[in-house]
Amino acid sequence: MVRVLVPSGALGLGWDQEALERGIRNKPDLIAIDGGSTDSGPSYLGRGVSKYARSSTKLEWAGLIDAAQRAGCPLVIGTAGTCGADSAVDWLVDITREILRENGQTAKLAVLKSNQPTERVLAALGSGDLRPLTPAPDVDDERIESCTNIVALAGIEQITQALETGADIIIAGRTTDTAIIAALPISQGIDPGLAWHAAKIGECGALCATNPQSGVLQIDWEDGAFTLTPLADDANATPHTVSAHMLYENSDPFLLHEPGGTLDVRNSKYTAVDDKRVNVSGSVWQTANEYTVKLEGARVAGYQTVVLALLRDPRYVENAQDWADDIVARCTAKALARTSAQKDDFSIEIRLIGKNAVLGALEAKSANPTEIGALGMVTARTAELAGEIGKLLNPYLLHHPLTQEEEQPTFAFPFSPAEIDRGPIYEFCLNHVMVLDDPMDAFSLEVVDA
Amino acid sequence: MPELRAVAQKVRSKNAGPFWLTIDIFCGSSDAFERVRTGLATDAVAAALDTPTQTLKRFDIEDLNVVKISIPRPAVQGTVQDRDMHGAAVAALIAEMEIE
Repeated sequence: MVRVLVPSGALGLGWDQEALERGIRNKPDLIAIDGGSTDSGPSYLGRGVSKYARSSTKLEWAGLIDAAQRAGCPLVIGTAGTCGADSAVDWLVDITREILRENGQTAKLAVLKSNQPTERVLAALGSGDLRPLTPAPDVDDERIESCTNIVALAGIEQITQALETGADIIIAGRTTDTAIIAALPISQGIDPGLAWHAAKIGECGALCATNPQSGVLQIDWEDGAFTLTPLADDANATPHTVSAHMLYENSDPFLLHEPGGTLDVRNSKYTAVDDKRVNVSGSVWQTANEYTVKLEGARVAGYQTVVLALLRDPRYVENAQDWADDIVARCTAKALARTSAQKDDFSIEIRLIGKNAVLGALEAKSANPTEIGALGMVTARTAELAGEIGKLLNPYLLHHPLTQEEEQPTFAFPFSPAEIDRGPIYEFCLNHVMVLDDPMDAFSLEVVDA
Repeated sequence: MPELRAVAQKVRSKNAGPFWLTIDIFCGSSDAFERVRTGLATDAVAAALDTPTQTLKRFDIEDLNVVKISIPRPAVQGTVQDRDMHGAAVAALIAEMEIE
């Protein structure tokens, strides 16, 4: 039997401590936790930083280091520091050293890094080894060179190598969410279909059960099946909650592409063991003809300054769209006239919060709100230009009248200064896989004493 | 004609990676599933999302009483045009669609 304990959907989200204690007593072979995803947007990868507070990360990571020591098993984290870039891995390694030092302890660390040198990706593009997924942005040398970070998503091969170093703690850069869970059972001879399927369901911890915020999930592989046990008292897995989890954040609920192949769960059987546990079998792994890893890259897409004004006058609330359109036209003309900027150097947009800010043109409802937030967004090639045009936009959002005849109105600014410089904004610019001859070709593994 | 939310138990939407958006309609019963399966036209969903029907993926999953719809994200996550980093709000748009 192989047993993996997943404390939570991600480091930083917390867990039910009583359930974790139960998991430790059950003597897992590995404690595995995910450290991030692309879900919070491209800025984290672009900057190579974590979304979660250092204080929370340190507290929770110290708790898991302690848990692994007491369970007598290794601890692995994938996609360290939200984005899994090398700088985010270094950040977590630094936190790890600090925790060990404060506890007067030492440990063997395996550090797996996923950043891709620009030359490697350019070479892959040149040789046809960079393959677009659907939908993929067009790529050329310039686009690749402009990425501030490109990471490859490691699979089980790289995690297995890290586990085989005998390290106490494995800190991995970008990996697929599932690889950190699937690697150990597969290396122990468990059927890959069952390993990947359990990993997919388990990667969010107890999200596949009732009371999802309790976090802690135990996965056991035995006798051609796996069993999921959420360990909090009030958390229960049912065939429905487990199979429904395959819907979550997947565009296809039956086929899941991973490095080296595809998981197929079309014929999986979900059976209740009792009120709490679910047994799954029948999942199939199809090995691909070539070994590919997915790439993620982010680059600076411009610089942004935003201004928020609040409309409360009913006439302005009612006519907010005309008012905003007029401001955008006038401010754009003024920016062209008063700065050296050309038309393509910047854009001005006003999103009307309370009207259609979140859905834009897709919005099907029209409401009559009491107030509207007018979020002015200036995006420009440089920070200086964004800031300058933000200052041009400010007086419009404060005083622009619907007609020339009326007394000058004033709108509510919630703070001073009204302009907020957001600095560089990033965009994802790769949705591609890269073909590798050897899975380790795009990754580096280092073992260090800490 | 009722809105989808009056028939289905829950509608949620989320990113499926930065380039895809996925919508899960939990119908809650086989009767509700059947009404949604037959009453929610794929063309109407594509029109509501202003996306081509050809690139829309739809899964009618009887075992779960779920209709799942995935589309390439109208604006790639986090671009200047993107209004909803996690793709959360499209669920409300779909839940408010009328079904036959």
